[in-house]
Amino acid sequence: MDRVAIVGIGQTKHAACRKEVSYAELVYEAVTLALKDAGIGISEIDNIVTTSNDFWDGRTISCMATGDVSGGYDKNISCVEGDGTFGAFYGLTRILSGSYGTTLVTAYSKGSESVSSLITNAAFDPIYMRCLGLDMVSACALQARRYLSRYGISEEDCALVSVKNHGNALDNPNAQLGMKLTVKDVMNSRMIASPLKLYDISPISDGACAIVLAREDRARKITDKPVWVKGVSFCADAYLLGDRDLSECRALEKAAGAAYKMAGIRNLKKEIDLAEIYDAFSYQELLWTEGLGFCEKGEGGKLIADGATAKDGDIPVNPSGGLLGAHPVIAAGLIRIAEAALQIRGDAGAMQIKKDVRNALAHGVNGVCGQSHCVWILGQN
Amino acid sequence: MGDFWSDAEAIIHESCIKVPYSWQAGETASYFLTQLRDEGKIWGKKCPCCKKVLVPPRKSCPFCFVATDQWTEVSDEGVVESFTVVRRDTIIQPKKAPFAYALIRLDGADTGLVHVLGEVEPEAVREGMRVKAVLADDRKGSLLDIAHFKPVGS
Ligand SMILES: [Zn+2]
Repeated sequence: MDRVAIVGIGQTKHAACRKEVSYAELVYEAVTLALKDAGIGISEIDNIVTTSNDFWDGRTISCMATGDVSGGYDKNISCVEGDGTFGAFYGLTRILSGSYGTTLVTAYSKGSESVSSLITNAAFDPIYMRCLGLDMVSACALQARRYLSRYGISEEDCALVSVKNHGNALDNPNAQLGMKLTVKDVMNSRMIASPLKLYDISPISDGACAIVLAREDRARKITDKPVWVKGVSFCADAYLLGDRDLSECRALEKAAGAAYKMAGIRNLKKEIDLAEIYDAFSYQELLWTEGLGFCEKGEGGKLIADGATAKDGDIPVNPSGGLLGAHPVIAAGLIRIAEAALQIRGDAGAMQIKKDVRNALAHGVNGVCGQSHCVWILGQN
Repeated sequence: MGDFWSDAEAIIHESCIKVPYSWQAGETASYFLTQLRDEGKIWGKKCPCCKKVLVPPRKSCPFCFVATDQWTEVSDEGVVESFTVVRRDTIIQPKKAPFAYALIRLDGADTGLVHVLGEVEPEAVREGMRVKAVLADDRKGSLLDIAHFKPVGS
């Protein structure tokens, strides 16, 4: 199989409301930065994959409206509806097909333009479930309770994630919500849907991200700091919440296992230096670290309490601040790939962790309560 | 951004998309919903492969990818497996906050059903609590034909 590398990375500043740009202009901003980072022009992009969601954008076939600003005029351009990690997966496979030497992958959303509870309620099946009025927050609250109760994980353990990630976001120039918080601040923040409190919940941001993927021969010509795609996989669980045990994430376990195998990772603790994962809610970082095998099931709370996932810990998780720091829906997973890749290049600025990052993991989620997971292993060589 | 922006007015177009849909429930959900509406009964469908009784019923098993083949009535009572007390209102929630959503395993079902709880103080809701469906007076063929689940014995 051909080797593929990330050779260009661009992301916008993420904020609660970027009213000075339309959503297409937001994409243009990220694409321009990614091409500049790669040091190439749009003519060197062989094909484009955009990632978007019609409901968030409020228009039909929204990807058609971001083609121009992704440099898609006169090119082969296709779209994924879902998280950016899945769009990047499609972009990768297009290179592996042998038909393209480079792929530009874009993802964006402008959460400020709509009402998140209405948009996420529409993710529920309209025949049976939608009338109940659940949204992403209330559904994930059901998952949080189930997970916390089953393993005796405390709300304070979850609060530690919020403290860590909002703190890390202070070092991230693109983040929306860098904050110095204490566990007490999180515990005292407004209850939204128990056990989820305001600071356990990621904000909804305006933001975009773009990356350039390139086959090895093209990558070597474009950059002397390619970030190699070593393993990638995704897996889906059942759709209805009641069909799953919400305290588990078997789809993540399976996706991670396949990605590790593809990357030849045998000893996670020794070989994975850092992870950027999809912490839409504080408890999710704990649950996903279990699913990724960073600790045993039910040990996610202990993992953070021991400091293992801190910036200077054994396996730093979300040194960028994660989704708690900024959450442009759809783009959030692609941003995880971008941040992991920057760490490998040593270009993460104030976010850069102390140890050498040989391999990093990036993770994205699609669907309610982690229905579908995509795991990327990136490396220096 | 140029300096001009600081003085420029941001134009914002307010809009609202409202498109009528006629979602066709299909034969399986139609049977479930008409039985709930007319008889007040809750039916699941059993998978011939994994033997799970799926509630709400599906025409095919999500786990085995085979057609479910056996209608099975399940109890209107079950156990709260998880819950959340919602403290903020949205325009789509069927009740005013605070109220609880629960993931309920009905007796005889192998999957959980999400619904709302009623006739209970939010502070009194517990996992493991036994609850019973309370039918709505005005039933229309939707999951809200169950008005809510209430604690058994209340
Ligand atoms: Zn089955």
